[in-house]
Amino acid sequence: MKKKSIQKLVAHICLIIASILFITPFIWMVSTSLKPITQVFTFPPEWIPRPFQWSNYLDAMQYIPFFTYLNNTVIITVFSTLGVVLSCPLIAYSFSKLNWTGRNALFFITIAVMMIPGQVTMIPLFLLFNKLGWVGTPLPLIIPAFFGVPFYIFLLRQFFLGLPDSLMDAARIDGAGEFRIYWQIMLPLAKPAVLAVGLFQFMGSWTDFIGPLLYLTDEASYTLSLGLQQFQSQKGSEWGLMMAVSTMMTLPVIILFFFLQKTFINGITFTGIKG
Amino acid sequence: MSQQETISVQKSVSAKKMIRRKKRKSNIYGFLFASPWIIGLLLFYAFPLLASIYFSFTTYSILQPGEFIGLDNYKQLMNDDIFWKSVYNTIYFAILFVPLSIIMGVSLAMMLNMKIKGMAIYRTIYFLPTLVPHVALAVLWMWLLNPGFGLVNGFLDTIGIQGPAWLGSETWSKPSLILMSLWGIGQAVVIYLAGLADIPQDYYDAADVDGANWFKKTFHITLPLLTPVIFFNLIMGVIGAFQQFTLPYALTQGSGKPANSLTFYVMYLYDNGFKFFKMGYASAMAWILFVVIMILTSIIFITSKRWVHYQGK
Repeated sequence: MKKKSIQKLVAHICLIIASILFITPFIWMVSTSLKPITQVFTFPPEWIPRPFQWSNYLDAMQYIPFFTYLNNTVIITVFSTLGVVLSCPLIAYSFSKLNWTGRNALFFITIAVMMIPGQVTMIPLFLLFNKLGWVGTPLPLIIPAFFGVPFYIFLLRQFFLGLPDSLMDAARIDGAGEFRIYWQIMLPLAKPAVLAVGLFQFMGSWTDFIGPLLYLTDEASYTLSLGLQQFQSQKGSEWGLMMAVSTMMTLPVIILFFFLQKTFINGITFTGIKG
Repeated sequence: MSQQETISVQKSVSAKKMIRRKKRKSNIYGFLFASPWIIGLLLFYAFPLLASIYFSFTTYSILQPGEFIGLDNYKQLMNDDIFWKSVYNTIYFAILFVPLSIIMGVSLAMMLNMKIKGMAIYRTIYFLPTLVPHVALAVLWMWLLNPGFGLVNGFLDTIGIQGPAWLGSETWSKPSLILMSLWGIGQAVVIYLAGLADIPQDYYDAADVDGANWFKKTFHITLPLLTPVIFFNLIMGVIGAFQQFTLPYALTQGSGKPANSLTFYVMYLYDNGFKFFKMGYASAMAWILFVVIMILTSIIFITSKRWVHYQGK
């Protein structure tokens, strides 16, 4: 018994040291974001801003068209998430709960497609969107989501497979249409998985860099990721302002995490164990 | 033929008809529900995949139609110094980062799994960095690793070590990238934790009865039963490492400086395709990447039969 408590003590010490290492960059980010420029460049570094320069946040919002970028990011994020949530469960349901000729072959192809690195399709896709006149608009970052994403389809299919058929059969006997069975009975049952997939897409879209870099050529259509990168390359030494932008960009995700902690953790766990 | 038999034959005919009608109905609906994906698959996956093979054999660029040149792009790549530099950088990163992330992730998860107080808080702390958008992460670490005024060198200075130039140094730029990538292993920790929770307590109880020590329990129970999850993270880690783009791009504004020490494979691919408009050349690079990833994944899959243990098998 005593040996066990020593073990736990050692574990606690290691975990606390690791925690300090993991949390310090955050504190440093927030601390720098509130420092006046003169205090940013002190060595050795100081932790507490003197005075707290809240105006860094206002300045940062003026240096870059922050609200334009925020607005662009929100539009892309919301619509691509909507697309994924509408299309993927429907497709996954068809792959798991409906019997049709060619279903298994198509599902096999879907799995195979997951293995293709994005870089392989990147160039022809760019040319396709260019032909459609979509380059420079957020459409290439939104529209494909409405046609399904293989990884999400796979995850949702695994989830649907775990749901019983009896409810569907009962509804059929009662004369419910196929779409109604999906929309009113099966989809609500799959809510945790749909929420997790929506969250993955939201995160991916919010933080995406290469997509906006390829397609958003006009500065007025930039997202936060792109805006921050550009800001960094132009005003590389304004650390206070850059940390302010970084903080504002990270904060919504962290707030979302605290509200949906269970969905985050379960979603990732499900990916790792079933995937 | 008796009347009863006639009725039963009629019944079975109509039953067959009904089954056929049911089958047709479910065929229609199944296909209908999957139709967005069938369109998406053709438009956003199948067509680009085939087009990309073709482009890799041409001098295609967005500015001109290009001509068929056979394997010339591939041959040219073999003599491209920056190509090899990017291969070296990518492999360097993968070889160090993937094993380190597994060792760190498993160790943290094992400590968290000791039914320790405050587990939820620790887990949250380790998970938080994974929520930071990659560009913000890059900017934050550029500042942390700033040679003159950064926190890391400030700390090293207080214990009497003069810190290196980190991202400004050819030797230290890749280790810097590994360091900041390790900061984001929280997601893997969560998966390992779930894997550990799946190991039945009975095994440990039995080992206790036999008088096994911590070391034996770890290497004969915990780690072998965690191998399916390690296997998953290994594959995802390798694939992710070979596709590294956003961090090095944001850290160097796409230049891969200093001295191309942060030019990663996909960055060079992007440069070729979208800066130099050598889209055929870039497509050839994409296909080499695809084939290499396929080979590595297959190797991991084939060897997994030797080292991955599933419970109850």
